[in-house]
Amino acid sequence: MATPSFPNNVPALNSSNQPIWCLQPQFTDKLIGWILKITALTSILIVALIFFYIGSEAAPFLSDNHMGLEGLLTGKWNPASSVDKQYGLLPLVNGSLLVTIIAGLVAVPVSLAAATYIAEIAGPTENSILKPIIELLAGIPSVVIGFFGLMVLAPAVKAVFGLPSGLNALSAGLLLALMAMPTMISISEDALRSVPNAFREASVALGASKIETIFFVVLPAGLPGITAAMLLGLGRVIGETMAVLMVTGNAPILTLSPLESVRTMTATVAAEMGEVPFGSEHYHALFCVGVTLLFATFLLNMSAQAILRRFQTH
Amino acid sequence: MSAPNSPNDPQKQPTAADQKAPEVFYSGTPTQTPWLQYARNQRLVTFALRTITYTIVFAVGAIIFDVVAKGLPAINADFLLAMPSHSGAAGGILPAIVGTINLVLIAIAMALPLGVLSAVYLKEYAPKNSLTSTIQLSILTLAGVPSILFGLFGLAFFVLQLGFGTSVLAGGLTLACMILPTIIVASVEALDAVPIAFREASQALGATKWQSIWTNVLPYAMPGILTGTILSIGRAAGETAPILLTAVAFFLPILPRGLFDQVMALPYHLYVLATQHPDTAAVGPMQYGTAFVLLLIVLGFNLVALALRHCFRKQYKW
Repeated sequence: MATPSFPNNVPALNSSNQPIWCLQPQFTDKLIGWILKITALTSILIVALIFFYIGSEAAPFLSDNHMGLEGLLTGKWNPASSVDKQYGLLPLVNGSLLVTIIAGLVAVPVSLAAATYIAEIAGPTENSILKPIIELLAGIPSVVIGFFGLMVLAPAVKAVFGLPSGLNALSAGLLLALMAMPTMISISEDALRSVPNAFREASVALGASKIETIFFVVLPAGLPGITAAMLLGLGRVIGETMAVLMVTGNAPILTLSPLESVRTMTATVAAEMGEVPFGSEHYHALFCVGVTLLFATFLLNMSAQAILRRFQTH
Repeated sequence: MSAPNSPNDPQKQPTAADQKAPEVFYSGTPTQTPWLQYARNQRLVTFALRTITYTIVFAVGAIIFDVVAKGLPAINADFLLAMPSHSGAAGGILPAIVGTINLVLIAIAMALPLGVLSAVYLKEYAPKNSLTSTIQLSILTLAGVPSILFGLFGLAFFVLQLGFGTSVLAGGLTLACMILPTIIVASVEALDAVPIAFREASQALGATKWQSIWTNVLPYAMPGILTGTILSIGRAAGETAPILLTAVAFFLPILPRGLFDQVMALPYHLYVLATQHPDTAAVGPMQYGTAFVLLLIVLGFNLVALALRHCFRKQYKW
């Protein structure tokens, strides 16, 4: 009777010819676990360092300065003046907000339409062309988009509105809208795709057309994700630097007109930081601009993430 | 038992609830308005959405066409391989190309190991606790920090605090911080896509956790990690704001020789030529030539990543 042959030369787990303790796989495993944990902590470290160093370089302006917080909240941004240096953030905040609002007014509806088209209407073949193009747009460097704005869009805006210069908030807003679209479209599309198919089937079964289903069922169901997508896109807009530096015209004034030159917070930091002496009043003031920007983008991103996390599962 | 609210009851006046009754079928449909009549028109709405989508495609095409059509004639061996002269109005862009390559190499050398190992920890090891969610929160935060703030941070920390000076090292490290979240997120997604059975099978055969990750998980996640890395190389090569304050020089017609040298970089070179150069006529072709080379490098990396993803998606099926 043939019994299944069992190998009797299996090494025992505690045999004496094991490698020394620090070369045993179990030890290596623990060690690597710790190394991985430490590398994962670098993300926290970097974020902490960013907040700490931007904050600590901004703090001297608020503490031992004759203008302090009051100087930031009142007056103009005029750091180059030899008689009356002023570091009022309001014109810069105004510029950033104006450009962001223009970009949002253009990008939000356009992205929503495009995301709806890609997720609900276009077939797989059409999407295999459309989606790489949207990804390509996300890949174009902002300085190239700014360069295009400078060379093509700004002259066009100048001609259409009959202005002396096309470098204004409108040109910048239009460019930024284009730059925000990939983020807005791809995350909105994900949100629409995550709406369960049963919703669409139920709607169609009740007699709704495809378009009615999209408008009254799919879009409302995907709204939280879409909102988050729009907030993330706006976060990208408000933090965008090179394109606005090249096409806003860089005039730090208080205005609500889209056809005026404005200056954003990001452009101010980029344009002026190269020319200030380290440790000067102006240097610290630019870090105050950075802190304002950091908080604005942080709030936008965190609210977007909170919405995403809350509504992630249906 | 009589139904007091029945609409068939002739004695009873119709109430508000009765009038709304037919609309119960469309619970999401509000009252009829002209706008909604248009919104229900299938062909009109499809046409509008398609037009808007293709407007974006047109804009992308316009940007790429403009740069390629005007930039291609400026490209020749001399432009790519010579030193610039007349503060960028003549000569080539070799130092800017070399500078960008150096910056990207340093950034990837730092961010790739950190990013992949962090991703392995988050996906394979991390317990569900407050530390893990703090790490995840900080990655999301890092992904949302505007690029100019990375520049400010790099200036305050790498350039001044650590004393690297305005150098290719400081710029590369700043870029590394910027692309770290992209690499982590891409790597986590790649690890997620490897079936859990691969790990279980390996561990059931007696491999330790790390052995099974090293031999049975990472190889299959590699294509995804590679795609994410290539995408972030493209992003790092195209960014201007982080290196503006930490690494670049206005005009520097020599090649960098060490980690602590200043460099020229393509995106910054384009910015300077486009906005700061007084001689606009002479500098025109140089601008478009630089823009073309930059776009070629960045979009080239993007296309390679797209192609890789496409290939590997076909190769591995489970």
